[in-house]
Amino acid sequence: MIYLMAGADTPELARAAVDGGANIVELGFPFSDPLADGPVIRRAAERALAAGMRTRACLDCLARTRALAPETPLVPMTYASLLEAYGWDRFASDARTAGATSLIVADLPAGEQPELRRVQLVAPTSTDERIRLAAEQTDGWLYLVTLTGTTGARDDVSPALAGLVERARRFGDGVPLYAGFGISTPDHARAAAALADGIVVGSRAVQVAEDGPDALRNYVASLRHALDA
Amino acid sequence: MTTGLYGTYGGRYVPETLVPALDELEAGWREARADPDFRSELDELGRTFAGRPTPLTRADRFAPGRRLYLKREDLLHTGAHKLNNALGQAVLARRLGKRRIVAETGAGQHGVAAATVCARFGYECVVYMGEEDMRRQRPNVERMELLGAEVRPVEFGTRTLKEATSEAIRDWITNVETTHYLIGSCVGPAPYPEIVRELQSVIGSEARSQFLDAEGRLPGVVVACVGGGSNAIGMFAGFVDDTDVRLVGVEAAGAASLGTGHAGVLHGARSSVLADDDGQIVDAHSISAGLDYPGVGPEHAFLRDTGRAEYVRATDGEALAAFRDLTRCEGIIPALEPAHALARARDLEEELVLVCLSGRGDKDLEEVLAHRAG
Repeated sequence: MIYLMAGADTPELARAAVDGGANIVELGFPFSDPLADGPVIRRAAERALAAGMRTRACLDCLARTRALAPETPLVPMTYASLLEAYGWDRFASDARTAGATSLIVADLPAGEQPELRRVQLVAPTSTDERIRLAAEQTDGWLYLVTLTGTTGARDDVSPALAGLVERARRFGDGVPLYAGFGISTPDHARAAAALADGIVVGSRAVQVAEDGPDALRNYVASLRHALDA
Repeated sequence: MTTGLYGTYGGRYVPETLVPALDELEAGWREARADPDFRSELDELGRTFAGRPTPLTRADRFAPGRRLYLKREDLLHTGAHKLNNALGQAVLARRLGKRRIVAETGAGQHGVAAATVCARFGYECVVYMGEEDMRRQRPNVERMELLGAEVRPVEFGTRTLKEATSEAIRDWITNVETTHYLIGSCVGPAPYPEIVRELQSVIGSEARSQFLDAEGRLPGVVVACVGGGSNAIGMFAGFVDDTDVRLVGVEAAGAASLGTGHAGVLHGARSSVLADDDGQIVDAHSISAGLDYPGVGPEHAFLRDTGRAEYVRATDGEALAAFRDLTRCEGIIPALEPAHALARARDLEEELVLVCLSGRGDKDLEEVLAHRAG
């Protein structure tokens, strides 16, 4: 799974990511104060907002991405403030109409707003009980935050991932587990995928995407190759 | 939402990583509140270290013809009410076994209070501060560093309290297992707004009995400045059940989260925030770094909606005028934050007025002098 920040070029970039081998595309709807994000995605959000990527424009971007990647699950990832302003139900419904498969809200932990269907996140700090709750409420799969920290590339895959996967298997009632945060290289991808059912690459993908669709396609293909090898 | 609600405000809008820490904090807080030793330790620290009780001072020359009293939190050790909260949370952190403290600061008063308690308790202390605030509150940066804290400049976005708070929360997310986040105001995810209110309520409970001693009756109106709103919520806590006492919060005109904002989510809570129609947070503007914040504590939003408290505004110029007048008429140099409360307190029609003088103005001299020159 590849994360891209919503922007004018994002539909073509998403298409390139899919051509490179991405199974799911996460589409960041930028927020001015993204608490879960490290510097790369925070700066990408600042640029996107400066370029006018407000909620309506992000939904249009989602619809255009849907047209270019008709078979690929597309998941907007954003923050509660956008939903609060747009209307929780209206946001969910308009996102679905524009082609969203599900939704991730980075600052809306399991238990809050349970009526909003979304992919839940669990972290190394999550208790067994919270993993159970998140698995119960999640929409299809669980997002495993591999480390205690914000988004962004790290030197190595977090040593906390193995324990988290083990607990999520035990308490997660069989839902698929996708691991993200800190994964950026083919080696990381291979190591994380040996534990989880899938991987999410965000900050590095956002950086590579700045060099255009070809660069992104090649980068995603290198991850794909590592996973399939 | 199920946790920590003031009407529809409050809650916990945070990444999952923090939820277990908030649960742990909440449990530790409940336990501490039920423990008489916690209360007596805080009372002792207040008396022997912080300088409580702070006096009530009548300001006749500032407000001729009225009986206006100042609750002198400016006389508290470190020069502002922030120490009440910092001491309480330092004891709480020790009970939770956390020895690293992270904090945000705007005017620097909370950062100084945090650095002070960390020096006294032997904790590691990291304070995030916007670059712009570091410039305009230089003396406080120097004090924090003298006290052994590391001040980390925040060099992006607004470079003020909003970004400093975001960075402090990101640090907490990263180091949550060893670190207590010593939030400085009654904002943030539950249970922080409640913790800070309770720790600051000493202002209101002292002021209430002091006022009764001085006047034999309660004030007609109680006035406090509101940025995040911690001195106001602590002052109001003493009077909220006295329904005849009017409660007035004064915001900076360019940072009126309650006056011109609307419901939104910022820094872990739903409250009244300055945001555009898409939920993007808008920059606040105030001469006072401590009020220069686009959010406010969720309980204030609730008190506004229920009508129990009213919230008005003062401009930079009005605050500067009140700053000058209090200094010249009473020999008390107020911080620019409570100067906003002083500015509005003068217009109120009540005869008996109580104003929370939340901090002293030493830190603001450079800013005030620059404005006088300009």
